[in-house]
Amino acid sequence: MIGVGKAKQYANVLDKPLSRGRQEVSLSAFAFLFSELVQYNQTQVDNIAELERRLEDAGYAVGARVLELLCHREKGNRRETRLLGILSFIHSTVWKVLFGKVADSLEKGTEHEDEYMISEKELLVNRFISVPKDMGAFNCGAFVAGIVRGVLENAGFPAVVTAHFVPIEGQQRPRTTILIKFAEEVLQREARFG
Amino acid sequence: MASAAIYSLFIINKSGGLIYYKDYGSAGRTDTNDSLRLASLWHSMHAISQQLSPTPGCEGIDLLQAHNFDLHCFQSLTGTKFFAVCETGAQNIEILLKVIYELYTDFVLKNPFYEMEMPIRCELFDLNLAQIIQKDRVALLGR
Repeated sequence: MIGVGKAKQYANVLDKPLSRGRQEVSLSAFAFLFSELVQYNQTQVDNIAELERRLEDAGYAVGARVLELLCHREKGNRRETRLLGILSFIHSTVWKVLFGKVADSLEKGTEHEDEYMISEKELLVNRFISVPKDMGAFNCGAFVAGIVRGVLENAGFPAVVTAHFVPIEGQQRPRTTILIKFAEEVLQREARFG
Repeated sequence: MASAAIYSLFIINKSGGLIYYKDYGSAGRTDTNDSLRLASLWHSMHAISQQLSPTPGCEGIDLLQAHNFDLHCFQSLTGTKFFAVCETGAQNIEILLKVIYELYTDFVLKNPFYEMEMPIRCELFDLNLAQIIQKDRVALLGR
């Protein structure tokens, strides 16, 4: 199976070093858990938009906690206050801790000033997931979008975050793009900062 | 890696229902009803062979050899059976079937949209299976 690994064992949770966050979780265990999360939420909803929202909410809680933890662990209890700072914090620090690698790309939207995109060729949560045709453009990356929204909002950058499949030329599998649309006040504040 | 010419592949669930069928250019027998019937027949034959065994602990037919083809069967612990019809004397099909089983555990069982014991319709499974079979073909040509 892909991703069967062994994590280091500690007898007592207090023995775990707080500063080193490089412990890895079995990918299979995660995949099964995530699969159950999606299946459970599917039983609770009657349309796809609702399912997307529920997955996003689940991610939001993760994001809020991850922000707290990483600000303490990696940043010496400091938190980014600038737009680009928090975006690159998500793109590199958060991604590395959650998925073991930095995100493939971070871009600014070309059409709108307030849009940013984080793209990933193969999002970890989508690794084993094939979305059936009748579910249209549904993307389980909504969970990751929720994580991003959780981090942003708790850092004082309210935004609308969505996950989309974007086809790549010459590739069978589309990549996933996390689209971040910041609230107006965030941009106004940035402008005041200069 | 295995190297063989594989004619067709079947996956049947623990109650004998066909959940996946793929044809790789075997002559004839592409009819859906035929493949369904074949699959459940094989399921029964597999069960009968266990009953026929003179010694206890028989796990059913692993290999059926005919004049012009071999049928290799692999049964997982949960009773899902994977079997492939190949050219005679094809080597390492057991390994290939185990690789396919691995793909099944990864891309079918971890997919939240797959319903257990139901026909497999997973894009990623198809994609990765095609890759494995392709690799196999290449290995065969290089022989």
